[in-house]
Amino acid sequence: MIHSGHVIKLPDNVDTDIIIPTQYMTLETIEEMVPYAFTPLRPDIPDKVRKGDILICGDNFGCGSSREQAPEIIKLLGFYCVIAKSFARIFYRNSVNNGLLVIENKKIYDRVKEGSKISIDLEMHQIQTYSGELIEFGDFPETVISIIDKGGLVNYYREMNMKDHS
Amino acid sequence: MGYTLFEKIIRNHSSAKKLCVGSIVEVDVDRMMIHDFFTPFCIEKFHMMGFSRVKFPDRIVFIYDHLVPASFIGDYRHHKVAEEFASLQGIKNIHRHDGVCHQLMHEMGYIKSGDIVLGTDSHTTTYGALGVLATGIGYTEMAAVLGTGKLWLKIAPTIRIKIDGTLSEGTYSKDIILQILADISIDGANYKIIEFQGETIDKMSIASRLVLSNMSVEAGAKAGLIAPDAKTIQYLQKHGIKDDIDLIKSDDDAEYEAELNYRAEDFLPMVACPSSVDNCVHVCELSNIEIDQAFLGSCTNGRLEDLEIASKILRGKQVHPNVRFIVVPASIGVYREAIKKGIIELLVNAGVIINHPSCGLCAGRSGGILVDGENIISSNNRNFLGRMGGNEVNIYLGSPATVAASGLEGRIVDPRRYL
Repeated sequence: MIHSGHVIKLPDNVDTDIIIPTQYMTLETIEEMVPYAFTPLRPDIPDKVRKGDILICGDNFGCGSSREQAPEIIKLLGFYCVIAKSFARIFYRNSVNNGLLVIENKKIYDRVKEGSKISIDLEMHQIQTYSGELIEFGDFPETVISIIDKGGLVNYYREMNMKDHS
Repeated sequence: MGYTLFEKIIRNHSSAKKLCVGSIVEVDVDRMMIHDFFTPFCIEKFHMMGFSRVKFPDRIVFIYDHLVPASFIGDYRHHKVAEEFASLQGIKNIHRHDGVCHQLMHEMGYIKSGDIVLGTDSHTTTYGALGVLATGIGYTEMAAVLGTGKLWLKIAPTIRIKIDGTLSEGTYSKDIILQILADISIDGANYKIIEFQGETIDKMSIASRLVLSNMSVEAGAKAGLIAPDAKTIQYLQKHGIKDDIDLIKSDDDAEYEAELNYRAEDFLPMVACPSSVDNCVHVCELSNIEIDQAFLGSCTNGRLEDLEIASKILRGKQVHPNVRFIVVPASIGVYREAIKKGIIELLVNAGVIINHPSCGLCAGRSGGILVDGENIISSNNRNFLGRMGGNEVNIYLGSPATVAASGLEGRIVDPRRYL
Protein backbone atom coordinates (compact mmCIF):
# COMPACT_ATOMS: atom_id res chain seq x y z
CA MET A 1 0.00 0.00 0.00
CA ILE A 2 1.28 3.44 -0.91
CA HIS A 3 0.18 6.50 1.02
CA SER A 4 0.82 10.12 0.03
CA GLY A 5 0.50 13.12 2.30
CA HIS A 6 1.84 16.57 3.12
CA VAL A 7 4.60 17.07 5.65
CA ILE A 8 4.39 18.89 8.96
CA LYS A 9 7.82 19.21 10.49
CA LEU A 10 8.94 19.44 14.12
CA PRO A 11 12.41 19.79 15.69
CA ASP A 12 14.39 17.51 18.07
CA ASN A 13 13.17 16.63 21.59
CA VAL A 14 9.50 17.51 21.23
CA ASP A 15 8.20 16.35 24.62
CA THR A 16 4.76 15.09 25.61
CA ASP A 17 4.06 18.29 27.58
CA ILE A 18 4.24 20.05 24.20
CA ILE A 19 2.08 17.48 22.42
CA ILE A 20 -0.60 17.94 25.08
CA PRO A 21 -0.01 20.29 28.05
CA THR A 22 -0.89 18.88 31.45
CA GLN A 23 -3.66 21.36 32.21
CA TYR A 24 -5.88 19.90 29.49
CA MET A 25 -5.46 16.27 30.48
CA THR A 26 -8.52 16.00 32.67
CA LEU A 27 -10.83 16.89 29.78
CA GLU A 28 -13.06 13.85 29.45
CA THR A 29 -12.26 12.86 25.88
CA ILE A 30 -9.32 13.00 23.51
CA GLU A 31 -11.60 14.90 21.06
CA GLU A 32 -11.86 17.76 23.56
CA MET A 33 -8.06 17.88 23.97
CA VAL A 34 -7.33 18.05 20.24
CA PRO A 35 -7.55 21.89 19.86
CA TYR A 36 -4.76 22.25 22.48
CA ALA A 37 -2.33 19.86 20.80
CA PHE A 38 1.18 21.29 20.32
CA THR A 39 0.09 24.70 21.71
CA PRO A 40 3.35 25.53 23.55
CA LEU A 41 5.35 25.12 20.32
CA ARG A 42 3.06 25.05 17.27
CA PRO A 43 -0.48 26.20 18.11
CA ASP A 44 -1.25 26.34 14.36
CA ILE A 45 -1.09 22.55 13.94
CA PRO A 46 -4.64 21.56 15.04
CA ASP A 47 -6.15 23.89 12.39
CA LYS A 48 -3.53 23.30 9.75
CA VAL A 49 -3.36 19.50 9.65
CA ARG A 50 -5.27 17.67 6.90
CA LYS A 51 -6.22 14.02 7.08
CA GLY A 52 -3.37 11.85 5.90
CA ASP A 53 -0.60 14.37 6.66
CA ILE A 54 2.74 13.03 7.80
CA LEU A 55 4.54 14.31 10.89
CA ILE A 56 8.30 14.43 10.42
CA CYS A 57 10.36 14.98 13.55
CA GLY A 58 13.92 15.14 14.79
CA ASP A 59 15.52 13.04 17.50
CA ASN A 60 13.87 11.80 20.69
CA PHE A 61 10.29 12.56 19.66
CA GLY A 62 7.77 12.14 22.50
CA CYS A 63 10.23 12.32 25.38
CA GLY A 64 9.00 13.07 28.88
CA SER A 65 5.89 11.79 30.57
CA SER A 66 4.05 8.54 29.96
CA ARG A 67 0.86 10.30 28.89
CA GLU A 68 -0.76 8.25 26.22
CA GLN A 69 -2.99 11.08 25.16
CA ALA A 70 0.03 12.19 23.09
CA PRO A 71 -0.13 9.45 20.40
CA GLU A 72 -3.94 9.30 20.66
CA ILE A 73 -4.16 13.00 19.78
CA ILE A 74 -1.72 12.69 16.88
CA LYS A 75 -3.83 9.89 15.46
CA LEU A 76 -7.08 11.76 15.99
CA LEU A 77 -5.67 14.91 14.36
CA GLY A 78 -5.54 12.80 11.19
CA PHE A 79 -1.82 12.16 10.84
CA TYR A 80 -1.13 9.00 8.86
CA CYS A 81 2.13 8.36 10.66
CA VAL A 82 5.08 9.89 12.49
CA ILE A 83 8.57 9.60 11.04
CA ALA A 84 11.27 10.64 13.50
CA LYS A 85 15.06 10.39 13.64
CA SER A 86 14.42 8.58 16.92
CA PHE A 87 11.58 8.08 19.40
CA ALA A 88 11.46 8.15 23.19
CA ARG A 89 10.76 4.69 24.58
CA ILE A 90 7.37 5.12 26.26
CA PHE A 91 6.00 7.19 23.38
CA TYR A 92 7.02 4.49 20.90
CA ARG A 93 5.24 1.75 22.86
CA ASN A 94 2.17 3.93 23.39
CA SER A 95 1.99 4.69 19.65
CA VAL A 96 2.12 1.03 18.69
CA ASN A 97 -0.47 0.19 21.34
CA ASN A 98 -2.81 2.81 19.88
CA GLY A 99 -2.29 1.72 16.29
CA LEU A 100 -0.33 4.84 15.32
CA LEU A 101 2.30 4.02 12.73
CA VAL A 102 5.76 5.17 13.84
CA ILE A 103 8.77 4.93 11.56
CA GLU A 104 12.33 5.55 12.65
CA ASN A 105 14.44 7.13 9.91
CA LYS A 106 17.37 9.52 10.15
CA LYS A 107 17.69 10.50 6.47
CA ILE A 108 14.32 11.92 5.54
CA TYR A 109 14.40 14.92 7.93
CA ASP A 110 16.85 17.08 5.99
CA ARG A 111 15.37 16.16 2.62
CA VAL A 112 11.84 17.48 3.06
CA LYS A 113 10.29 20.83 3.89
CA GLU A 114 7.08 21.60 5.73
CA GLY A 115 4.22 21.43 3.22
CA SER A 116 5.97 19.23 0.67
CA LYS A 117 4.35 16.00 -0.41
CA ILE A 118 5.87 12.55 0.16
CA SER A 119 4.77 8.95 -0.42
CA ILE A 120 5.28 5.98 1.88
CA ASP A 121 5.34 2.40 0.62
CA LEU A 122 4.93 0.09 3.61
CA GLU A 123 5.54 -3.11 1.64
CA MET A 124 8.75 -1.89 0.03
CA HIS A 125 9.82 0.00 3.17
CA GLN A 126 10.44 3.11 1.10
CA ILE A 127 9.69 6.80 1.32
CA GLN A 128 9.61 8.84 -1.88
CA THR A 129 10.23 12.58 -1.64
CA TYR A 130 8.67 15.20 -3.92
CA SER A 131 11.83 15.29 -6.02
CA GLY A 132 11.60 11.53 -6.58
CA GLU A 133 14.37 10.48 -4.20
CA LEU A 134 13.82 7.09 -2.57
CA ILE A 135 14.72 6.57 1.10
CA GLU A 136 14.62 3.12 2.69
CA PHE A 137 13.50 2.42 6.22
CA GLY A 138 13.91 -0.69 8.36
CA ASP A 139 11.56 -3.58 9.00
CA PHE A 140 9.26 -3.64 12.05
CA PRO A 141 9.33 -6.40 14.67
CA GLU A 142 6.48 -8.89 14.26
CA THR A 143 4.81 -8.01 17.58
CA VAL A 144 4.61 -4.41 16.46
CA ILE A 145 3.09 -5.25 13.07
CA SER A 146 0.42 -7.50 14.51
CA ILE A 147 -0.67 -4.85 17.03
CA ILE A 148 -0.71 -1.99 14.50
CA ASP A 149 -2.54 -4.19 11.97
CA LYS A 150 -5.34 -4.75 14.44
CA GLY A 151 -5.57 -1.01 15.11
CA GLY A 152 -3.92 -1.17 18.53
CA LEU A 153 -3.74 -3.17 21.72
CA VAL A 154 -7.44 -2.75 22.57
CA ASN A 155 -8.54 -4.59 19.43
CA TYR A 156 -5.76 -7.14 19.86
CA TYR A 157 -7.02 -8.17 23.30
CA ARG A 158 -10.70 -7.77 22.41
CA GLU A 159 -10.30 -10.40 19.70
CA MET A 160 -8.36 -12.64 22.04
CA ASN A 161 -10.89 -12.33 24.86
CA MET A 162 -13.80 -12.95 22.46
CA LYS A 163 -12.15 -16.17 21.30
CA ASP A 164 -11.65 -17.25 24.93
CA HIS A 165 -15.31 -16.71 25.72
CA SER A 166 -16.68 -18.42 22.61
CA MET B 1 29.96 -14.19 30.28
CA GLY B 2 28.13 -12.73 33.27
CA TYR B 3 24.79 -10.99 33.52
CA THR B 4 23.87 -7.45 34.42
CA LEU B 5 21.52 -6.71 37.31
CA PHE B 6 18.77 -5.94 34.78
CA GLU B 7 19.26 -9.26 32.99
CA LYS B 8 19.21 -11.17 36.27
CA ILE B 9 15.88 -9.64 37.33
CA ILE B 10 14.40 -10.48 33.90
CA ARG B 11 15.67 -14.07 34.17
CA ASN B 12 13.84 -14.48 37.48
CA HIS B 13 10.57 -13.35 35.89
CA SER B 14 10.57 -15.07 32.52
CA SER B 15 10.52 -18.56 31.12
CA ALA B 16 12.68 -17.52 28.16
CA LYS B 17 15.76 -19.73 28.00
CA LYS B 18 18.06 -17.42 26.14
CA LEU B 19 18.43 -13.73 26.77
CA CYS B 20 20.33 -11.38 24.54
CA VAL B 21 20.19 -7.64 23.99
CA GLY B 22 17.39 -6.84 21.51
CA SER B 23 15.31 -9.94 22.15
CA ILE B 24 11.75 -9.60 23.41
CA VAL B 25 10.56 -11.54 26.46
CA GLU B 26 7.32 -11.82 28.37
CA VAL B 27 7.65 -11.20 32.10
CA ASP B 28 5.44 -11.63 35.17
CA VAL B 29 4.72 -8.33 36.90
CA ASP B 30 4.95 -8.08 40.71
CA ARG B 31 3.22 -4.72 41.20
CA MET B 32 1.13 -2.37 39.10
CA MET B 33 0.72 1.25 40.15
CA ILE B 34 -1.87 3.58 38.61
CA HIS B 35 -2.18 7.21 39.63
CA ASP B 36 -5.30 9.32 39.46
CA PHE B 37 -4.41 11.19 36.28
CA PHE B 38 -4.89 8.02 34.25
CA THR B 39 -7.44 5.93 36.16
CA PRO B 40 -10.45 6.75 33.93
CA PHE B 41 -8.51 6.14 30.71
CA CYS B 42 -6.95 2.89 31.94
CA ILE B 43 -10.24 1.48 33.22
CA GLU B 44 -12.04 2.43 29.99
CA LYS B 45 -9.40 0.56 27.93
CA PHE B 46 -9.62 -2.44 30.27
CA HIS B 47 -13.33 -2.76 29.50
CA MET B 48 -12.85 -2.09 25.78
CA MET B 49 -10.38 -4.97 25.68
CA GLY B 50 -13.10 -7.31 26.86
CA PHE B 51 -11.58 -8.13 30.24
CA SER B 52 -14.00 -8.58 33.11
CA ARG B 53 -11.71 -9.34 36.08
CA VAL B 54 -8.22 -8.11 36.96
CA LYS B 55 -5.80 -10.99 37.22
CA PHE B 56 -4.18 -10.12 40.57
CA PRO B 57 -6.16 -7.54 42.59
CA ASP B 58 -3.64 -7.65 45.45
CA ARG B 59 -0.77 -6.58 43.20
CA ILE B 60 -2.52 -3.38 42.11
CA VAL B 61 -2.02 -0.05 43.88
CA PHE B 62 -4.12 3.07 43.17
CA ILE B 63 -2.58 6.34 44.29
CA TYR B 64 -4.30 9.71 44.07
CA ASP B 65 -1.59 12.35 43.89
CA HIS B 66 -1.82 14.47 40.74
CA LEU B 67 -5.32 15.73 41.50
CA VAL B 68 -5.17 16.04 45.31
CA PRO B 69 -6.80 18.09 46.61
CA ALA B 70 -9.02 18.61 43.55
CA SER B 71 -8.50 21.92 41.75
CA PHE B 72 -11.16 21.69 39.06
CA ILE B 73 -14.66 20.25 39.02
CA GLY B 74 -13.70 17.53 36.51
CA ASP B 75 -10.95 16.17 38.78
CA TYR B 76 -13.48 14.38 40.97
CA ARG B 77 -14.38 12.01 38.13
CA HIS B 78 -10.88 10.48 38.24
CA HIS B 79 -11.30 9.42 41.84
CA LYS B 80 -14.93 8.33 41.49
CA VAL B 81 -14.18 6.03 38.55
CA ALA B 82 -11.24 4.50 40.45
CA GLU B 83 -13.33 3.90 43.59
CA GLU B 84 -16.07 2.12 41.64
CA PHE B 85 -13.56 -0.07 39.80
CA ALA B 86 -11.60 -0.89 42.96
CA SER B 87 -14.70 -1.88 44.87
CA LEU B 88 -15.93 -4.10 42.01
CA GLN B 89 -12.54 -5.76 41.48
CA GLY B 90 -11.54 -6.15 45.13
CA ILE B 91 -8.56 -3.77 44.88
CA LYS B 92 -7.74 -2.80 48.44
CA ASN B 93 -4.48 -0.88 48.05
CA ILE B 94 -5.70 2.69 47.62
CA HIS B 95 -4.05 5.89 48.83
CA ARG B 96 -6.40 8.83 48.60
CA HIS B 97 -4.35 11.69 50.05
CA ASP B 98 -1.13 10.20 51.41
CA GLY B 99 1.40 11.69 49.01
CA VAL B 100 3.23 11.15 45.73
CA CYS B 101 3.09 7.65 44.25
CA HIS B 102 6.87 7.38 43.88
CA GLN B 103 7.35 7.95 47.59
CA LEU B 104 4.46 5.79 48.78
CA MET B 105 5.32 2.71 46.72
CA HIS B 106 8.47 2.06 48.77
CA GLU B 107 7.52 3.86 51.96
CA MET B 108 4.37 1.72 52.32
CA GLY B 109 6.14 -1.57 51.65
CA TYR B 110 4.73 -2.40 48.22
CA ILE B 111 8.03 -3.24 46.52
CA LYS B 112 11.32 -4.99 47.19
CA SER B 113 14.65 -5.52 45.47
CA GLY B 114 14.44 -7.90 42.51
CA ASP B 115 10.78 -7.12 41.75
CA ILE B 116 9.39 -6.00 38.40
CA VAL B 117 7.10 -3.04 38.94
CA LEU B 118 5.14 -1.05 36.35
CA GLY B 119 3.46 2.30 36.78
CA THR B 120 1.47 4.63 34.55
CA ASP B 121 4.06 7.31 35.14
CA SER B 122 7.45 7.89 33.59
CA HIS B 123 9.11 8.47 36.98
CA THR B 124 8.33 4.90 38.05
CA THR B 125 12.07 4.45 37.40
CA THR B 126 12.54 5.90 40.92
CA TYR B 127 12.35 2.45 42.58
CA GLY B 128 15.44 1.36 40.63
CA ALA B 129 17.40 2.85 43.54
CA LEU B 130 16.19 -0.08 45.64
CA GLY B 131 17.20 -2.69 43.07
CA VAL B 132 13.68 -2.87 41.62
CA LEU B 133 13.22 -3.12 37.87
CA ALA B 134 10.61 -0.40 37.60
CA THR B 135 9.47 1.49 34.55
CA GLY B 136 6.62 3.58 33.18
CA ILE B 137 4.08 2.41 30.64
CA GLY B 138 0.97 3.94 29.05
CA TYR B 139 -2.55 3.36 30.29
CA THR B 140 -3.56 1.06 27.43
CA GLU B 141 -0.62 -1.19 28.12
CA MET B 142 -1.43 -1.04 31.84
CA ALA B 143 -5.01 -2.11 31.07
CA ALA B 144 -3.60 -5.23 29.41
CA VAL B 145 -1.27 -5.87 32.37
CA LEU B 146 -4.23 -5.62 34.76
CA GLY B 147 -5.99 -8.30 32.72
CA THR B 148 -3.03 -10.63 32.14
CA GLY B 149 -0.39 -9.91 34.81
CA LYS B 150 2.24 -9.93 32.07
CA LEU B 151 4.13 -7.54 29.81
CA TRP B 152 6.52 -7.88 26.88
CA LEU B 153 9.88 -6.19 27.35
CA LYS B 154 12.87 -5.70 25.12
CA ILE B 155 16.22 -6.72 26.59
CA ALA B 156 18.03 -3.41 26.73
CA PRO B 157 21.76 -2.80 27.02
CA THR B 158 23.15 -1.30 30.24
CA ILE B 159 25.24 1.85 30.61
CA ARG B 160 27.34 1.68 33.77
CA ILE B 161 27.92 4.96 35.58
CA LYS B 162 30.53 4.62 38.29
CA ILE B 163 31.10 7.39 40.82
CA ASP B 164 33.87 7.23 43.39
CA GLY B 165 35.02 9.67 46.05
CA THR B 166 33.22 12.05 48.38
CA LEU B 167 30.86 14.84 47.35
CA SER B 168 31.95 18.26 48.54
CA GLU B 169 29.68 20.27 50.82
CA GLY B 170 26.76 21.88 49.02
CA THR B 171 26.60 19.30 46.23
CA TYR B 172 24.05 16.51 46.20
CA SER B 173 22.75 13.64 44.10
CA LYS B 174 20.60 16.17 42.21
CA ASP B 175 23.77 17.92 41.04
CA ILE B 176 25.22 14.57 39.97
CA ILE B 177 22.25 13.62 37.84
CA LEU B 178 22.02 17.08 36.25
CA GLN B 179 25.72 16.86 35.33
CA ILE B 180 25.17 13.39 33.85
CA LEU B 181 22.20 14.69 31.84
CA ALA B 182 24.33 17.56 30.56
CA ASP B 183 26.98 15.02 29.51
CA ILE B 184 24.82 12.37 27.86
CA SER B 185 21.83 14.59 26.84
CA ILE B 186 18.12 13.91 27.15
CA ASP B 187 18.20 10.91 24.84
CA GLY B 188 21.57 9.58 25.97
CA ALA B 189 20.03 6.47 27.52
CA ASN B 190 16.92 6.08 25.36
CA TYR B 191 15.82 2.43 25.37
CA LYS B 192 18.71 1.60 27.69
CA ILE B 193 19.31 0.77 31.33
CA ILE B 194 21.51 2.95 33.54
CA GLU B 195 23.20 1.22 36.45
CA PHE B 196 24.87 3.38 39.10
CA GLN B 197 27.83 1.94 40.96
CA GLY B 198 30.80 3.12 43.02
CA GLU B 199 31.71 4.16 46.52
CA THR B 200 29.86 7.49 46.31
CA ILE B 201 26.63 5.57 45.67
CA ASP B 202 27.45 3.12 48.48
CA LYS B 203 27.82 6.02 50.91
CA MET B 204 24.65 7.77 49.76
CA SER B 205 21.38 7.73 51.71
CA ILE B 206 18.43 5.89 50.13
CA ALA B 207 16.68 9.24 49.63
CA SER B 208 19.65 10.55 47.62
CA ARG B 209 19.86 7.36 45.55
CA LEU B 210 16.16 7.69 44.68
CA VAL B 211 16.94 11.04 43.00
CA LEU B 212 19.39 9.38 40.58
CA SER B 213 16.94 6.67 39.56
CA ASN B 214 14.03 9.10 39.41
CA MET B 215 15.78 11.32 36.87
CA SER B 216 17.34 8.51 34.84
CA VAL B 217 14.19 8.69 32.74
CA GLU B 218 15.15 12.26 31.79
CA ALA B 219 17.87 10.66 29.65
CA GLY B 220 15.25 8.30 28.20
CA ALA B 221 16.29 5.30 30.30
CA LYS B 222 13.98 2.33 30.77
CA ALA B 223 15.37 1.92 34.28
CA GLY B 224 17.98 3.48 36.57
CA LEU B 225 19.23 0.68 38.77
CA ILE B 226 21.31 0.49 41.93
CA ALA B 227 22.13 -2.93 43.37
CA PRO B 228 20.66 -3.49 46.85
CA ASP B 229 23.00 -3.45 49.86
CA ALA B 230 22.64 -3.57 53.66
CA LYS B 231 21.23 -0.03 53.64
CA THR B 232 18.56 -1.05 51.12
CA ILE B 233 17.52 -4.04 53.22
CA GLN B 234 17.34 -1.94 56.35
CA TYR B 235 15.17 0.63 54.56
CA LEU B 236 12.80 -1.96 53.09
CA GLN B 237 12.44 -3.79 56.41
CA LYS B 238 11.71 -0.54 58.21
CA HIS B 239 8.94 0.05 55.68
CA GLY B 240 7.19 -3.27 56.05
CA ILE B 241 8.97 -5.81 53.84
CA LYS B 242 9.13 -9.14 55.64
CA ASP B 243 10.39 -11.42 52.84
CA ASP B 244 14.04 -12.31 52.51
CA ILE B 245 15.82 -10.01 50.13
CA ASP B 246 18.42 -11.36 47.76
CA LEU B 247 21.49 -9.13 47.39
CA ILE B 248 21.31 -9.40 43.62
CA LYS B 249 23.96 -7.51 41.61
CA SER B 250 25.70 -7.42 38.23
CA ASP B 251 28.39 -10.06 37.72
CA ASP B 252 31.97 -8.84 37.60
CA ASP B 253 32.22 -9.94 33.97
CA ALA B 254 28.83 -8.54 32.89
CA GLU B 255 28.89 -6.68 29.61
CA TYR B 256 28.01 -2.98 29.47
CA GLU B 257 27.31 -1.00 26.34
CA ALA B 258 29.17 1.98 27.74
CA GLU B 259 30.93 2.92 30.95
CA LEU B 260 31.16 6.40 32.40
CA ASN B 261 33.41 7.19 35.36
CA TYR B 262 33.18 10.22 37.62
CA ARG B 263 34.95 11.59 40.69
CA ALA B 264 32.51 12.90 43.28
CA GLU B 265 34.85 15.80 44.13
CA ASP B 266 34.42 17.15 40.57
CA PHE B 267 30.70 17.84 40.88
CA LEU B 268 29.48 21.38 41.48
CA PRO B 269 25.99 22.74 42.23
CA MET B 270 24.12 22.60 38.92
CA VAL B 271 21.05 24.27 37.47
CA ALA B 272 19.04 23.08 34.46
CA CYS B 273 17.94 26.16 32.51
CA PRO B 274 14.75 26.53 30.45
CA SER B 275 13.44 24.49 28.78
CA SER B 276 15.36 21.27 28.68
CA VAL B 277 16.66 19.12 31.52
CA ASP B 278 20.07 18.76 29.85
CA ASN B 279 20.51 22.52 29.41
CA CYS B 280 22.66 22.67 32.54
CA VAL B 281 25.22 25.11 33.87
CA HIS B 282 27.13 25.41 37.12
CA VAL B 283 25.03 27.65 39.31
CA CYS B 284 27.98 30.02 39.76
CA GLU B 285 27.90 30.74 36.01
CA LEU B 286 24.38 32.21 36.18
CA SER B 287 24.28 35.94 36.58
CA ASN B 288 21.48 37.53 38.48
CA ILE B 289 18.42 35.49 37.49
CA GLU B 290 15.68 36.97 39.66
CA ILE B 291 12.97 34.56 40.73
CA ASP B 292 9.28 34.96 41.46
CA GLN B 293 8.79 31.56 43.02
CA ALA B 294 10.69 28.67 44.59
CA PHE B 295 9.32 25.13 44.79
CA LEU B 296 10.64 22.37 47.02
CA GLY B 297 8.82 19.09 46.56
CA SER B 298 7.94 16.33 44.04
CA CYS B 299 8.94 12.68 43.66
CA THR B 300 12.49 13.87 42.98
CA ASN B 301 13.29 16.03 45.99
CA GLY B 302 10.43 16.26 48.48
CA ARG B 303 11.82 13.88 51.10
CA LEU B 304 12.79 14.48 54.71
CA GLU B 305 16.49 15.07 53.98
CA ASP B 306 15.52 17.65 51.32
CA LEU B 307 13.30 19.55 53.76
CA GLU B 308 16.05 19.30 56.36
CA ILE B 309 18.61 20.88 54.02
CA ALA B 310 16.20 23.73 53.23
CA SER B 311 15.47 24.29 56.90
CA LYS B 312 19.19 24.55 57.67
CA ILE B 313 19.52 27.34 55.11
CA LEU B 314 16.32 29.15 56.11
CA ARG B 315 16.77 28.84 59.87
CA GLY B 316 16.13 32.20 61.54
CA LYS B 317 15.88 34.00 58.19
CA GLN B 318 13.08 35.24 55.97
CA VAL B 319 12.20 34.26 52.40
CA HIS B 320 12.84 37.18 50.01
CA PRO B 321 9.73 39.44 49.91
CA ASN B 322 9.40 39.07 46.12
CA VAL B 323 9.38 35.28 46.27
CA ARG B 324 6.54 32.83 46.87
CA PHE B 325 8.30 29.83 48.42
CA ILE B 326 6.21 26.64 48.24
CA VAL B 327 7.10 23.39 50.01
CA VAL B 328 5.25 20.12 49.43
CA PRO B 329 6.37 17.10 51.49
CA ALA B 330 6.43 13.98 49.31
CA SER B 331 4.20 12.00 51.65
CA ILE B 332 2.18 12.25 54.82
CA GLY B 333 4.94 10.21 56.49
CA VAL B 334 7.56 12.76 55.47
CA TYR B 335 5.21 15.56 56.60
CA ARG B 336 4.73 14.00 60.07
CA GLU B 337 8.46 13.41 60.52
CA ALA B 338 9.18 16.99 59.49
CA ILE B 339 6.66 18.25 62.05
CA LYS B 340 8.22 16.08 64.75
CA LYS B 341 11.68 17.42 63.98
CA GLY B 342 10.53 21.04 64.06
CA ILE B 343 11.33 21.51 60.37
CA ILE B 344 7.81 22.59 59.38
CA GLU B 345 7.63 25.20 62.13
CA LEU B 346 10.98 26.56 61.11
CA LEU B 347 9.97 26.77 57.44
CA VAL B 348 6.64 28.43 58.24
CA ASN B 349 8.42 30.97 60.43
CA ALA B 350 10.72 31.74 57.50
CA GLY B 351 7.68 32.62 55.37
CA VAL B 352 7.26 29.40 53.42
CA ILE B 353 3.88 28.16 52.13
CA ILE B 354 3.35 24.47 52.99
CA ASN B 355 0.95 22.53 50.75
CA HIS B 356 -0.51 19.05 51.27
CA PRO B 357 1.59 16.04 50.15
CA SER B 358 0.89 15.49 46.43
CA CYS B 359 2.57 16.12 43.07
CA GLY B 360 1.74 19.79 43.58
CA LEU B 361 3.24 22.22 41.15
CA CYS B 362 5.17 19.54 39.26
CA ALA B 363 1.85 18.34 37.81
CA GLY B 364 1.30 21.91 36.62
CA ARG B 365 -2.33 22.32 37.55
CA SER B 366 -2.43 23.60 41.08
CA GLY B 367 -0.42 24.70 44.06
CA GLY B 368 1.17 27.81 42.59
CA ILE B 369 1.01 27.87 38.79
CA LEU B 370 2.89 30.77 37.22
CA VAL B 371 2.18 33.31 34.48
CA ASP B 372 4.25 34.06 31.36
CA GLY B 373 7.49 35.85 31.99
CA GLU B 374 7.91 34.61 35.56
CA ASN B 375 10.95 32.66 36.76
CA ILE B 376 10.98 29.75 39.16
CA ILE B 377 13.72 27.70 40.79
CA SER B 378 12.42 24.23 41.51
CA SER B 379 13.57 20.92 42.96
CA ASN B 380 11.44 18.79 40.63
CA ASN B 381 12.52 16.85 37.54
CA ARG B 382 11.26 18.65 34.43
CA ASN B 383 11.42 22.18 33.10
CA PHE B 384 9.49 21.65 29.88
CA LEU B 385 7.60 24.50 28.22
CA GLY B 386 4.23 25.03 29.83
CA ARG B 387 4.74 22.52 32.64
CA MET B 388 3.93 24.93 35.48
CA GLY B 389 1.35 27.25 33.96
CA GLY B 390 1.93 29.67 31.07
CA ASN B 391 3.95 28.63 28.01
CA GLU B 392 6.54 31.30 28.71
CA VAL B 393 7.30 30.53 32.33
CA ASN B 394 11.04 29.99 32.83
CA ILE B 395 11.68 26.90 34.94
CA TYR B 396 15.12 26.38 36.48
CA LEU B 397 15.88 23.09 38.24
CA GLY B 398 18.31 22.65 41.10
CA SER B 399 18.99 20.84 44.36
CA PRO B 400 16.95 21.58 47.51
CA ALA B 401 19.90 23.64 48.78
CA THR B 402 19.97 25.75 45.61
CA VAL B 403 16.20 26.22 45.83
CA ALA B 404 16.36 27.29 49.47
CA ALA B 405 19.29 29.68 49.08
CA SER B 406 17.71 31.22 45.98
CA GLY B 407 14.40 31.68 47.79
CA LEU B 408 16.26 33.61 50.44
CA GLU B 409 18.09 35.88 48.01
CA GLY B 410 15.32 36.38 45.42
CA ARG B 411 17.68 35.25 42.66
CA ILE B 412 19.40 32.03 41.75
CA VAL B 413 22.50 31.67 43.89
CA ASP B 414 25.20 29.14 44.73
CA PRO B 415 24.04 27.43 47.95
CA ARG B 416 27.55 26.75 49.26
CA ARG B 417 27.78 30.17 50.87
CA TYR B 418 24.68 29.47 52.96
CA LEU B 419 25.65 26.18 54.56
